[in-house]
Amino acid sequence: MTATTYIGVPTSRVDGSAKVTGVARYAAEYNMRGMAHGVVVSSPIARGYIRRIDTRDALAVDGVIDVLTCENRPNLAGSDEKYRDEVAPPGSPFRPLYDDKIRYSGQPVALVVAEELEIARYAATLLRIDYEREQPLTDFEQARAQAYVPPKKRDGIAPPAEDLGGAKRALAQAAVRMEAEYRTPIEHHNPMEPYATTAIWEGDGQITVFDKTQGVQNSQQYAANVFGLSPDKVHVMAPYVGGAFGLGLRPQYQLVLAVMAALALKRSVRVVLTRQQMFTFSYRPATIQHLALGAQADGHLVSFAHDAVAMTSRFEDYQENVVNWSRQLYACPNSALTYKLAKLDLYTPCDMRAPGGVVGAYAIECAMDELAHAAKLDPLELRLINYSDKDQSEDKPYTSKELRACYRAGAEKFGWAKRSREPRSMREGSELVGWGMATGIWEALQVKASAKAVLGRNGDLEVSSAFCDIGTGTYTFMTQIAAEMLGVPLYSVAARLADSSLPDAPVEGGSWTTASLGSAVQEACMGLRGQLLRMAQRVDRSPLAGARLDDVAFVDGNIRRKDDASRAVSLVDAMRAGDVERIEQSATFEPEDDGKHARFTHSAIFAEVKIDEELGVIRVTRVVNAVAAGRIINPKTARSQIMGAVVWGIGMALHEETLVDHKLGRLMNHSLAEYHVPVNADIHDIDVIFVEEKDDIINPLGVKGVGEIGIVGTAAAIANAIFHATGRRVRDLPITIDKLMR
Amino acid sequence: MAPRSAAAKSAEKFPTPAKLTVTLVVNGIERKLAVAPWTTLLDALRQHLDLTGTKKGCDHGQCGACTVLVDGRRINSCLALAVMKDGAQVTTIEGLAQGATLHALQAAFVEHDAFQCGYCTPGQICSAAGLLAEGRAKTPDEIRELMSGNICRCGAYPNIVAAIETVLSAKPEGRR
Repeated sequence: MTATTYIGVPTSRVDGSAKVTGVARYAAEYNMRGMAHGVVVSSPIARGYIRRIDTRDALAVDGVIDVLTCENRPNLAGSDEKYRDEVAPPGSPFRPLYDDKIRYSGQPVALVVAEELEIARYAATLLRIDYEREQPLTDFEQARAQAYVPPKKRDGIAPPAEDLGGAKRALAQAAVRMEAEYRTPIEHHNPMEPYATTAIWEGDGQITVFDKTQGVQNSQQYAANVFGLSPDKVHVMAPYVGGAFGLGLRPQYQLVLAVMAALALKRSVRVVLTRQQMFTFSYRPATIQHLALGAQADGHLVSFAHDAVAMTSRFEDYQENVVNWSRQLYACPNSALTYKLAKLDLYTPCDMRAPGGVVGAYAIECAMDELAHAAKLDPLELRLINYSDKDQSEDKPYTSKELRACYRAGAEKFGWAKRSREPRSMREGSELVGWGMATGIWEALQVKASAKAVLGRNGDLEVSSAFCDIGTGTYTFMTQIAAEMLGVPLYSVAARLADSSLPDAPVEGGSWTTASLGSAVQEACMGLRGQLLRMAQRVDRSPLAGARLDDVAFVDGNIRRKDDASRAVSLVDAMRAGDVERIEQSATFEPEDDGKHARFTHSAIFAEVKIDEELGVIRVTRVVNAVAAGRIINPKTARSQIMGAVVWGIGMALHEETLVDHKLGRLMNHSLAEYHVPVNADIHDIDVIFVEEKDDIINPLGVKGVGEIGIVGTAAAIANAIFHATGRRVRDLPITIDKLMR
Repeated sequence: MAPRSAAAKSAEKFPTPAKLTVTLVVNGIERKLAVAPWTTLLDALRQHLDLTGTKKGCDHGQCGACTVLVDGRRINSCLALAVMKDGAQVTTIEGLAQGATLHALQAAFVEHDAFQCGYCTPGQICSAAGLLAEGRAKTPDEIRELMSGNICRCGAYPNIVAAIETVLSAKPEGRR
């Protein structure tokens, strides 16, 4: 495909109108007669046992239907295997209401079900639960001493790559060195839509579920396993998802509680978590990372050591790739990487936008900035000196890597050449000005995924898959690809998603959806093309007689010869000639790995901060993020993805942090008033650049995905800008005023 | 299950409030509701009137997803009880478009891609409508400041500002 009509053209969201008019319904918004409301009661203690639950007062409230606890719950599966979902890490997954053991603060201990939400909420306050308290351990700094190498690796997550050369000796002999420890805190995803499940009792054991999830088939299989149901008894849908950012990859406890209540009561039940309860399951784990870098006087790296410790729960070994990234980013002959876990009395962490990469790149890119400062080199120059044309972990070249173009385009747009190297050397009135930069990297992942395309006699095209759209623009890009492939207008295409009965798809995450689903849609539409051409050749004295698929183009509702546009048959005539009401084609995309290439997305981020010298107030006034992510299907929504991820990077650098009271083992700032996320006034100019990157190897579309790359490196660029502005290096995120003024 | 007599005794101890009749003029239509005093305006809209366009993000007035216009002013509907608003004119996201024609703000939000997941969007748009009516915001910085009660976790802020600016500049007075 060279000239395109829809692919690569900025396109407004096809679901835009539904979202701006309030028509789009999310998981908690299916109202039906006779539906009951479940309110979750959360454990106030972090570790111990339930001694006794007194439900009498709660049950006595008019309108209360039932109180489900570990004492009276219906039968639940008894083996870990049944609770292990598509993306579960090694370990023993949490089982809601399974037993009397308390594993973390906020654990669900009861579900109060009532005719009305307010009654359930009131009755929930009347439950009396006696606990046997044990002292929890939630202090990461303390648990760090017992950190261990996870014995079982998490599927799909590469453990630290093997040592290259001798990092320690090379460091000792290096002309320039830096060594430092960096800390990143617990962060909570906090999508705007609270977690919710509406479980509709259809009778005869059949349940329809509207779940807040990133994977309807993952939720379906999980619920079926946990309750011992046949998957065809559980129909899961999630047509609109109000943000998830990784939190919806694993089925969450409200799904279990809603389905449990529906099965127990044989009626429809809705369970919605409160914002406070949004802090009672997964999160981004805190890390402590030690970096030691050595270089020759000219800046060439000779040693790179990166040791990370991350937190996990007592019951699962959640793992992510924190330390491998330097092998792809920078050429260095001696390298040593380690990754350990420390167990705490908290819930299991889970993937949160660019899991592992975002914290790893923060430390790596700050360390590179520190090394540049020590070597008296421009930070961008240091990166160019050490540019790597291959993935050194596996000694493979990249399918494509236009990172140099990102550096060039980003630096030019930002005006990097005008930077004065010395910290604290730029100022504007009462504000110190700092310019920092960093590199971003993310895996260009792809997964097996299926799609179906159906063309009706009137020219209406439907494309479908079980994938979700969590606000990323899935509905829109599949519409664009289908319209492009068959040469029909966007409005003739209907995209259907997030229904467990649609063609198989895994969870929507990892920035893999556009590459994987896009390729499946393309292939399904290719199949329709073949069928259409054969039918078009049955038209009387067909102008396309003898033509092969390569000889024709699908444009403006017609199939026409490329060498003679006047020889054409319309799709409608082709369908008539075939005498069919509809034609359909299913396709499954399976990523092919030639074993010879590494696949990554790259970016260069440039940030400007202005800091009030007296007050320490930090403003991120400008960010330029230049991204190389292969072909961009929809520049409009892709730009929004990067922009939103930069906002996340600003939050990570300056605002976001979940604080734990170690005496009680409780999260202290579990609300949007106290867990700070960026608001409109925090965000200023964000410039997104997509550099041209042609990739013929990765997949037929040449797509890599943009959901995560925008956050990777952003916090480091800001931290580096703060150092440049003030001469103070804060190595502990978020960089708040108190740390800067200390 | 507790014995019947004990239950009866507890019911006296924990009575639920009686329902009151409230009249709201929602999107121009008079609606009579029987709601308990503890029902928020937000829950009345979402549960009783099935107007689920107004979103619940925190239920504590911290996120702005539930913003609606009451008598022309933007408020967090989770912080108002329905019974406090008896007789009030309420405009929700469902009431902004004129038939199939989107309100200028709705069209601008689509055009500028001022949302991703769409969950905060009705609140953002109602808040922006309130902002325009207030006539206070003249510059992008003022828009940013006066829209900071509406959190967008997808981070669409620059596009939200651009969308509002477009509508603001089409109405030089900054009023509807």
